[in-house]
Amino acid sequence: MLITCPYCGPRDVSEFTYQGDGNRQRPAPNSQNLDAWNEYVYDRLNPAGDHNEIWQHSGGCRIHLRVVRNTLTHAVSSAVAVRGHHGGKP
Amino acid sequence: MARSTEVERLSPLAPVYRAGPHGNFEDGVGVALSEPRPGSIVQLAAWPGEERRMIDAIRTVAGLALPDGAGGGVTENGRAAFGFAPGKFTVIDEKDGLAAAFAKAVTPAIGTVTDLSHGRTVIRIEGPEAEWVLAKFFAIDLSPPAFPLGAGRSTTHHDIFAQIQRSGPDRFDIHVFRSFARSFWTALCHGCEEVGYEVA
Repeated sequence: MLITCPYCGPRDVSEFTYQGDGNRQRPAPNSQNLDAWNEYVYDRLNPAGDHNEIWQHSGGCRIHLRVVRNTLTHAVSSAVAVRGHHGGKP
Repeated sequence: MARSTEVERLSPLAPVYRAGPHGNFEDGVGVALSEPRPGSIVQLAAWPGEERRMIDAIRTVAGLALPDGAGGGVTENGRAAFGFAPGKFTVIDEKDGLAAAFAKAVTPAIGTVTDLSHGRTVIRIEGPEAEWVLAKFFAIDLSPPAFPLGAGRSTTHHDIFAQIQRSGPDRFDIHVFRSFARSFWTALCHGCEEVGYEVA
């Protein structure tokens, strides 16, 4: 499985670290909505198909990426920096 | 970094560094290995939006004009620089004192300066088989169109993080953490045996 890092180009998945589900919405730090916290901590979509994920290129440029990965085929259809303004330029 | 001139720098490779030809060198040596031991290795990180001013500071302090683009780099007159991550650059000088010079030019509003002169070990591999040998260690495209002269790459060999700069048509400088340098050097020597190698 290859992930195309916007800075480094296509790299082997072994250089990347999975940072979790990209669909989660963290409640405000002072939120006392237990349902929202429960959803954030435990509930996952677990789709058979395209899935939004956060990865880090920990064995390379170390930026965090928003990745869309197909859970059936492992095809990566999109990988962009979480911080959008770098766009591959130094 | 006046202090660094007072410290005798010891190579972590010393116990395993054996000068001379090794491996299958009867038909010629495929690569030469050496340890350049630069006086300064400095890492620069620009805050988001300050990348251009950091590149300007590199031009002013080190006299190196970085090309645009991810991983772009340059080697010139005993100095070298390359991008290894968005807004982050490694600058190398044969001489001491580069970190102090950058500390004056890179204000807190631009970014940070980290002196890694004692924290990294540079291993140089040069020769017609250098790409072949490195391809055994790193899953990156080492051919000149994908990895042009001067450019830098961040990658890993298993858990050993490495920054690689192409410092010549068939020459690469590999920056590894000092604490991993001896292990990596030993592995690299094993990888070079089939092509024959000479330690300078």
